[in-house]
Amino acid sequence: MAGEGRVTLHGTWASPYSKRVELALKVKGIEYEYVEEDLMNKSSLLLQYNPVHKKIPILVHNGKPIVESMVILEYIEETWSDGPRLLPEDPYERAKIRFWATFLHQQVFEVLVLVLKTDGEAQAKAMEQLHEKLKLLEEGIKGSFPGGSPAVNGENMGLLDIVVCSYFGPYKVHEEVLGLKYLDSEKYPLVTSWVKSLVQYPAVKESTPPHEKSVALVRYFREKALQSPAGVL
Amino acid sequence: MANDGEVKLFGTWASPFAFRVELALKLKGVQYEYIQEDLTDKSSDLLKYNPVHKKVPVLVHRGRPIAESQVILEYIDETWKTDYPLLPQDPYERAMARFWARFIDEKFLSTSWQAACSSSEAEREKLIEEALGYLKVLEEQQHKRLLGGNDTIGFLEICSSFVAYWIIVIQEAAGVDLLTESKFPNLWKWAVEFQGCPAIKQKLPLPEKDRLVAFFSAMIEKIKRYK
Repeated sequence: MAGEGRVTLHGTWASPYSKRVELALKVKGIEYEYVEEDLMNKSSLLLQYNPVHKKIPILVHNGKPIVESMVILEYIEETWSDGPRLLPEDPYERAKIRFWATFLHQQVFEVLVLVLKTDGEAQAKAMEQLHEKLKLLEEGIKGSFPGGSPAVNGENMGLLDIVVCSYFGPYKVHEEVLGLKYLDSEKYPLVTSWVKSLVQYPAVKESTPPHEKSVALVRYFREKALQSPAGVL
Repeated sequence: MANDGEVKLFGTWASPFAFRVELALKLKGVQYEYIQEDLTDKSSDLLKYNPVHKKVPVLVHRGRPIAESQVILEYIDETWKTDYPLLPQDPYERAMARFWARFIDEKFLSTSWQAACSSSEAEREKLIEEALGYLKVLEEQQHKRLLGGNDTIGFLEICSSFVAYWIIVIQEAAGVDLLTESKFPNLWKWAVEFQGCPAIKQKLPLPEKDRLVAFFSAMIEKIKRYK
């Protein structure tokens, strides 16, 4: 029966994809069990639940696994249809949110990761691309959401808020490791103020790992990538 | 506004993404105006309606644009709630349809297109291996009827038209071997059925093969040349 039954989330503390699902579950007030996975040593359960991609996050509901964070978010919205909404009712508003969520998911994160894994000219190039995407996002929000932040109502985070928060929420961590700022409030006033207000949400604060822990991990990831000629973890 | 329910589809005859949207509109019985775009000379309307990606398809409904084929399909399903649902009712089934549609686009389509357009032998070989891996996954799933037959052309089947037809065209245009009958008998069988499926043929015939092969040959050549 929809909305009932045991919920387990298999994730990792540092993954933005895992974070998204956590935030959605918290917004909806769904009780769940959390299982921290070790990606260097994948559990047989992980491999059983996600044989195609062998990745987290995995949501298990009534014993059935759902994978791919965006698919999971839509599943959560449709299954727990009482209570706070992750998507608005109007199909056009929903389409706008899905469009921007897809844009972020498919185009923005890989550029951010590239900035984190490179230095010198390669990094400068990646940074340029990141700024292009941020500019598109800034203009897009102005156009698509003239009323401001796309929170579904004034009170809870919606699907797009969750996606934005999952990528840019840790901006201070990124900026500290990079020694560079990218979330420029002068160039991107709407995006910056949006991210800054999102990180203040109690659900986000609750699920944000300690700053130093995140900095250490991102720093480690960057150093490892810079050492290896292939550049990628 | 002239016509409150007015629907326009910006597309091109060769695009697998535009085909999806057009097929969905036909299956739903929605009236629309089709605007054929020349991708080498994009209209100011297209650029206005899709400034982020500058691509087709774009659906404009009541003057408001929607881009990205899967987003458009969901919009169509939610707006024209006739007795032809594109997605199943059950949230878990919907999740499965969305999962596989994303797999097809984000993994198989993206990799096979990169393989087709690659001008480096080594890189192409690697991408082909990867694409074959994805086909293997689809082949195994097809044992369990992942992709429906003649009566069940829904969201996932519409998106899978790339696998049923366009990849066969593109692999010929690019001179690579991906979806072949010998390697993937289940998928091949399903692809042949899909191509001949009356439910689709009657609504929206697939673009003619020779014409498509010529189109993609030229496009791939151009892409390789500018690398």
